[in-house]
Amino acid sequence: MSENHTTSHEGESHGSYGSYIVGFVLAVILTVASFATVLSKAFAFWQTIAILAVLATVQVVVHLVFFLHMGTKSLSQRQNLAAFIITVLMVAVVIAGYLFVLWDAQMNMMPG
Amino acid sequence: MSYDTTHASVAHNEEHEHHQQETTIFGFWVYLMTDCIIFGTLFAVFASLCHHFAGGPTGKELFDIKNVEIETAILLLSSITYGFASINAHKKNKGAVLVWLLLTFILGVSFVTLEIKEFHELVAHGAGPDKSAFLSSFFTLVGTHGLHVTIGLIWMFILFFQVMGKQGLSTRMQTKLTCLSLFWHFLDIVWICVFSFVYLGSVV
Repeated sequence: MSENHTTSHEGESHGSYGSYIVGFVLAVILTVASFATVLSKAFAFWQTIAILAVLATVQVVVHLVFFLHMGTKSLSQRQNLAAFIITVLMVAVVIAGYLFVLWDAQMNMMPG
Repeated sequence: MSYDTTHASVAHNEEHEHHQQETTIFGFWVYLMTDCIIFGTLFAVFASLCHHFAGGPTGKELFDIKNVEIETAILLLSSITYGFASINAHKKNKGAVLVWLLLTFILGVSFVTLEIKEFHELVAHGAGPDKSAFLSSFFTLVGTHGLHVTIGLIWMFILFFQVMGKQGLSTRMQTKLTCLSLFWHFLDIVWICVFSFVYLGSVV
């Protein structure tokens, strides 16, 4: 399985069996870790949530790199990355704003 | 027409095709980014309503983690089988593309079947989307993901027969297969957030 077969003339990566298998193994490890963290009940509530958040973030990055071939090598990859970063920022604003407003409302609308 | 000009025009055509292919794929990527915002919003809604049980059942009482484990395994496997279809598409290996697409399709159908079964059981136990704000947001978020997977399966079904037909693995078909691969892998990413924050987050 030479790299040439799976790489187009502009160096745009389509992945190889190797890269998919590496991504898959990493994803399986991270998924099992997530389930084990919760099912083992070894950590306190917020610790568990924090561990889940870290594992999920790492797994999203693994999927982006190994399955969606995100990177900085070719122009099209960089364009995709730029669009993605802007989207992540927008989603972060939505979620953080939502939680902030919610928390604020809860604090101000406490009965009594 | 001499050989050289023919050759040059073929090369020019190929370059034009390649450029068009990249534009199409980038356009599809932009669509996926807007989808990302939809899911981000639905996750925010779920985060804000996930403790509003209205006296109804909680996620801890309802969710069958065994089922979620199986669903996660199926979707993860389908990601790699689609990946293998992609590799073979670029090698113009038609038979292998069809086999991997078929496997991915079967895995996708099993996922949707398990999800429908889960939804059916929840509704049958009186835990439908009308029971509480928590369940409304749960059904909206997970249902939207399931709907995407279903649409992906219909798309895959169509592409399967197009690849089998006389179009084979033309540049145009390869572009279509690449777009579906982005869609399919994207849905797996959304599922990571679903099983981590919706299911596991609810049973902590």
